Amino acid sequence: MATTLPAEPRMQSTAAPRFSKVSGWKLFIKTIGARAYPRVIGAQREKSWMFFEIFLPLLAVSAYVFVYRAIQAPEEYIGFVIVGGAMTAFWMNILWSMSSQLYWEKETGNLALYIMAPNSMMAILLGMAFGGLFMTSVRALVIFVVGSWLFQVQYQVTNFWQLILVFSLTMIALYGMGMMSASVFLLLSREAWHISNLAQEPVYLMSGFYFPVKSLGFLTSLAASIIPLTLGLDALRQLAFPSGSELGFLPVRIEIGILIVLSIVFLVVARWLLAYMEKLAIREGRLTESRR
Amino acid sequence: MDLAIRTENLGRVYKIRGGKKTEPKSLTALQDVNLEVKSGELFGLLGPNGAGKTTLIKILTTLLAPTTGKAWVSGFDAVQDPDKVRPRINMVSGGESSGYGLLTVRENLWMFSQFYGLSSAVANQRIRELLDVVGLADRINTKSSDLSTGLRQKMNIVRGFLTDPDVLFLDEPTLGLDVGASREVRRFIRSWVDDDPTRTIMLTTHYMVEADELCDRVAIINSGRVLACDTPANLKHRLQQEAIFRIEVNPLNGKDTQMFEALPGVRNVSHTEQDGSSVLEFILENDDVVGSVVNTLTHGNLHILNLQKREPTLEDVFVDLVGRSMDEVERTQEEEGA
Repeated sequence: MATTLPAEPRMQSTAAPRFSKVSGWKLFIKTIGARAYPRVIGAQREKSWMFFEIFLPLLAVSAYVFVYRAIQAPEEYIGFVIVGGAMTAFWMNILWSMSSQLYWEKETGNLALYIMAPNSMMAILLGMAFGGLFMTSVRALVIFVVGSWLFQVQYQVTNFWQLILVFSLTMIALYGMGMMSASVFLLLSREAWHISNLAQEPVYLMSGFYFPVKSLGFLTSLAASIIPLTLGLDALRQLAFPSGSELGFLPVRIEIGILIVLSIVFLVVARWLLAYMEKLAIREGRLTESRR
Repeated sequence: MDLAIRTENLGRVYKIRGGKKTEPKSLTALQDVNLEVKSGELFGLLGPNGAGKTTLIKILTTLLAPTTGKAWVSGFDAVQDPDKVRPRINMVSGGESSGYGLLTVRENLWMFSQFYGLSSAVANQRIRELLDVVGLADRINTKSSDLSTGLRQKMNIVRGFLTDPDVLFLDEPTLGLDVGASREVRRFIRSWVDDDPTRTIMLTTHYMVEADELCDRVAIINSGRVLACDTPANLKHRLQQEAIFRIEVNPLNGKDTQMFEALPGVRNVSHTEQDGSSVLEFILENDDVVGSVVNTLTHGNLHILNLQKREPTLEDVFVDLVGRSMDEVERTQEEEGA
């Protein structure tokens, strides 16, 4: 609502636009596309990620495969490791390209420009997510295909559409979680780097990236289910391997239900938290100044 | 009279976090700022680093909340209605490194244009036109990471003008630009405002010439307070009665300038060191006082290398208001910071 001011002096009325600019949902969509663009184009121009994000995870995957083969673990475990290894790309993307990204955006001055523009920060984060999701999916697919070919993994999908649904829900909930944590990073300074580091390896363990999460026990697995990848991975394995359901933590239908709830909760909370944190950062002067 | 910007008793206090055992400190960056900027005006904020200029800009661009007072931009409350203010403004800061190094100049500018809802066709056309104006057209497809600091700043300047805002905030826009480029940018800034009476610019600078040449009105700001606000001509006119002398002498070698300040008729004296000499700038009540100044110099064994009487500048106005030159204020701040 425009503030009522004294009759004299009069504030400038809205000038007629000199060329058209869209607003509302059209601006929202434009913002998503524009912010996704650097991610998609950047990955094509800077090829070093192939080494760090495909070759190195493949080494980690290989190590687990050789351990499982050495101890003569069931052959499904090899497939579990490949699927888990592929999904690490998404967790890395959430940590380094969404959550702590806002810290780097603050350092370069982009964050101030994002906030000052008439777009929504939710659209900026969705742009980051879609841009990241596209590239990360390519990375995950390469790890999955190369790993499966190298170690001769056999898949037997019991329900293809459920598989697609689980993957999609996992991504929605995961990126919703990423947006939620990104809003917290609005207030952080250099500690953002350490927090991301801290969240990387423990989540690989807790979410069962390289083994069935059921092995951690019911309560630990339940606690780890707050991270959407835990249930997502578990359900994907159950749907892709013949004996997957025996090693699964919860029935797939329940896991789908929980993932739906997580998706909705994370997206709603992310929206609220983002607005709240933005106001807080503006009040405390932390949007543009990390020292204060 | 249409106002593009208005502030009322605006103030901002920062809480600076200390170490684990030290209490947070308070820093008053802005205090009781009352300003009215007319629509179509090119308004300057002149002051040394740390004077509060950037803090004021941050509040007006909705990036920082004031601790006291109110601010309106384009008729809307910058704190209560940021969503109404944001479509109407843009900002460029000197030395900013916004955008992404992997993207070309055109791609970076296109990306920022999309956040304001421009169609890609309009954005690309305006990008070409504006790059041409700032002399960056031949770098349109260069990655921004390959640009020099000066060229990068030109790209930032184009970003600010691209969305054709009603109110544009320029925070030290010519920082990092060479003399020629600064002149071109200043000329463009002036013509942009002159072309359309609904456009307004608030520009912060600590370059006196920039404020003097460009601005319709200037507010002189120091330690978070606005000390004076008028046209550059009127501000300088305040000193029309006084005589301003620039005297170059052999190095002072630690002697302070208090001996001059005590002389009757000396309003102010500032001191800067140059290569092998000291430059003293005097604001005197009238020409006659210069005789006693010269006597004092001679008694102090200081040899006059050069003596000039000159017209008042905004620097003199600042010295008159603050008691020290901007350089001296910044030096003191640096020493206190260290």
